[in-house]
Amino acid sequence: MMNGIWAGMMLAALGYSICTGRGAEVTAAMFAGAESAVTLTVSLLGTMCLWSGLMQVADRAGITRGTAKLFSPLLRVLFPGLKPDGKAATAICMNLSANLLGMGNAATPFGLAAMHALAEERPHHGIATDHMITFVVMNTACFQLIPSTVAALRSNAGSADPFDIMVCTWVASLGTLLCGLSASWALKRRK
Amino acid sequence: MLHWLNIWAVPVVVAGVLLTAILRRVPVFDAFMEGVRAGARSCAGIFPSLLGLITAVSMLRASGALEGLAQVLTPLTVHIGLPAELVPLVLLRPVSGGGSIALLQELLGQVGPDSFTGRVASVLAGATETTFYTITVYFGAVHIRKIRHTLPAALLADAACVLLSLLTVRWFFS
Repeated sequence: MMNGIWAGMMLAALGYSICTGRGAEVTAAMFAGAESAVTLTVSLLGTMCLWSGLMQVADRAGITRGTAKLFSPLLRVLFPGLKPDGKAATAICMNLSANLLGMGNAATPFGLAAMHALAEERPHHGIATDHMITFVVMNTACFQLIPSTVAALRSNAGSADPFDIMVCTWVASLGTLLCGLSASWALKRRK
Repeated sequence: MLHWLNIWAVPVVVAGVLLTAILRRVPVFDAFMEGVRAGARSCAGIFPSLLGLITAVSMLRASGALEGLAQVLTPLTVHIGLPAELVPLVLLRPVSGGGSIALLQELLGQVGPDSFTGRVASVLAGATETTFYTITVYFGAVHIRKIRHTLPAALLADAACVLLSLLTVRWFFS
């Protein structure tokens, strides 16, 4: 599937560039893209390491287990059969809290830790498990309390009240999340 | 209140973690370094899939395929009340986080942040994550090749997000 998506994107770009005669631009974009992936990874490296270091401290202090307890009713519904105090459950809770608090750069390391733990908990043989899919779909919707990036852009553009879209964002985001979860639940049935 | 939460969430969380750990006699720096090492491994693990995705998206944008698709779709999207200016953002949002932020900035400058279109664009950008990026990075980190129904479910959610952005703004600001 990932193979198909990637090849499809590359071929669509190359094919379209032949139609529009933008061959040179696309070639340049190919190398620029590879280069910007390096820049992004390097800048990610710092924040990811920092957060995963702090998470390890929180883990040793028993804080992550406490957070997991807070979310455990929600987790029982969303991830049936997941060990409530296992590594995966705690990492999922940390990821959810980071998303909620708008610490986007912290959500990724916690999310990756959760994926690793989910992979350990159940043998997957390169095929996504139901729990992984639920978790990834939740993260593509990303419910956050404060849309800080968008608010900053609005304020730069001279908005009278940059945060006036907040309630709308909550409702839309929550609806998106519910829609994603029910879609993955419905699609799960027919493999 | 929420502005305060925005500024103070990170420092308060960090201070709370450190103080609790010290009270519970955790060797904080040792634990921190252990976590950093795991983080570095994790970051190295996502690099290949990240490079693949970003290269493909960058090519897709340069080829003009997204604008082409936007042009084809515009007559259809008008039916659901989606302003034509928003179609490129709708298409770019799931594939490129940085790209859609840049596009939002441009759009807000053009139509004004407090117009209907500007508000819908803001809600749209804030209410969802970059779907393809999340899928690539999360599944790439644990070497998943078959993602089953993840993509249809996530894209369906993105489509719902477009409708919800329109509906909430219309309902809330009229």
